[in-house]
Amino acid sequence: MPQIIVENLVKHFRVSQRDTGIFGALRGLAHRRYETVKALDGVTFEIGSGELLGYVGPNGAGKSTTVKVMSGILVPDSGRCEILGLVPWKDRSRHVRHLGVVFGQRTQLWWDLPVIESFDLLRDIYRVPRHEYVKNLDEFVAVMDIDSCLDTPVRQLSLGQRMRCDLAGALLHSPKLLFLDEPTIGMDAVSKVAFRQFIKRFNRERETTVILTTHDMNDIEAICDRLMIINSGKLLYDGGLDALRQQMSFERSLVVEMTDAGSPKVHPAAQLAMMNGRRVHIRFDPKRISAAALISDFTAHNDVDDLFVEDPPIEEIIARFYEGNGVG
Amino acid sequence: MALVSYWAVISARFRSLLQYRSAALAGLVTQIVWGIIRVMIFQAFYSSATTEQPMSGRDVETYIWLGQAFLAALPWNIDTDLRSLIRSGGIGYELVRPVDLHTYWMSRALAWRTAPMLMRSIPLLAFAFIVMGMAPPATVAAGAAFMISMCAAIVLSSAITTFLNVTMLWTITGDGITQLTFGLVLIFSGMLVPLPLFPDWSQPLINAMPFRGLVDTPYRLYLGHIPASDLPQHLAHQLFWILAFVVAGRIALSRALRRVVVQGG
Repeated sequence: MPQIIVENLVKHFRVSQRDTGIFGALRGLAHRRYETVKALDGVTFEIGSGELLGYVGPNGAGKSTTVKVMSGILVPDSGRCEILGLVPWKDRSRHVRHLGVVFGQRTQLWWDLPVIESFDLLRDIYRVPRHEYVKNLDEFVAVMDIDSCLDTPVRQLSLGQRMRCDLAGALLHSPKLLFLDEPTIGMDAVSKVAFRQFIKRFNRERETTVILTTHDMNDIEAICDRLMIINSGKLLYDGGLDALRQQMSFERSLVVEMTDAGSPKVHPAAQLAMMNGRRVHIRFDPKRISAAALISDFTAHNDVDDLFVEDPPIEEIIARFYEGNGVG
Repeated sequence: MALVSYWAVISARFRSLLQYRSAALAGLVTQIVWGIIRVMIFQAFYSSATTEQPMSGRDVETYIWLGQAFLAALPWNIDTDLRSLIRSGGIGYELVRPVDLHTYWMSRALAWRTAPMLMRSIPLLAFAFIVMGMAPPATVAAGAAFMISMCAAIVLSSAITTFLNVTMLWTITGDGITQLTFGLVLIFSGMLVPLPLFPDWSQPLINAMPFRGLVDTPYRLYLGHIPASDLPQHLAHQLFWILAFVVAGRIALSRALRRVVVQGG
């Protein structure tokens, strides 16, 4: 039985429109015009226990709305949503007990208090048993390297430190579900890599289900098994990253380090894309010639020091996917 | 519900507020200066009065100093932290806690009405007793009745504050309703002019309103102006309005949450 069931979820927002200028403002007083924004327009999916799912889409696609409905913060117009057998907005208090949330760029820690006091407060709010709290805190402090942060007021932490503390705070009550809403936004490269490792680790070791919304495709590539793409309130893709790659990218690249500079002989099914000294980029369509066939052909006709096959970057695949689906 | 959660909120908020010591010191100085000015105004008023007043000049002075000491306990503003949460969308975090949101917010308000007040009232009362000749409670019973009523006043203030906080879910800023409430509180609590000095015809109206429970009721119990034996009925008035604001706040909150659009998403 899936842990999360979402069926035909619909949420429309009415946004008031105002004409520009002072007359527009006055007219707005007498007669408001509304525009309907379809944040969710019939979204359906299921998520099993322990999955690590990436949820992407352009700004305003409906990602955050989905997460907020699943958190019990927003009530949908229609459709069904059950998480661990509970309807989030009806059983809010019972539902959120199993839920950990990190919203990037916002903190759940108390700004003026040392981090450890925020943790103690979360312990009391979630009524985490003493031994469980101590065990979790010890583990997080060791793994996330936040020992030095604990006695510092939150406002004095760097973004990377703060997000690690935020993540620890969200996991103190051992939630079964973890929602991460653009957690790596604004982080430096080292912090991002570390952050991804923690998420992956908790997902593996505790079988915590993780839903990660992000704009950073490297987040998805690094940790997610499954990807959902949403736009204009509709789910456009739900499946593995490799399947999407196969669906979207017809071309791969063979990058070769030649022994000597000079024009290489290339199989007719592939094209020479770029030459840079001894380094040669060859583009090919795997449906026309397999990577193995191309490599054996190339090494038979040329002297080669080194070679590797390259996939197009995930960014490019998603961008191509958006284009193909008319996402502006 | 387990009270431990809410108690934790109160104590954390309390400790965080105790960090604002310079604000407390500035507030203390301002309130002493204002107190002296207000006392001088009433002295001028009393020295030119030709008829018997419903309250003695000395009682009014004590009433004023109590008002200055407990000024920070009045529901005169909204929780700016909550306002920034509502504006930024950080309110989402408040909604994913396994707590009753109204009780949670009221716990915050309780700490917020208590911590700054305690920091200022103790030195201010010491100053008023030693330098300004403020009178002690009329009797021991009056002192006890004052303490009980003052606790109810702080809870009432927190209930009103929480109600104001909830209205921010509609108005986003909360400025308008805060200014309106501030005006009502200032006039009808007795903070501006002690309520017994208001015209006789207005007394039934003032008595019916919730605001006297914030200032006038406890202070007059202190002075013995209301006998300590009358505490139950006055406490009942305070409790009635606490209940009214809590119920109104809860209804408003549940309605607001049904239509809330969390900003920034």
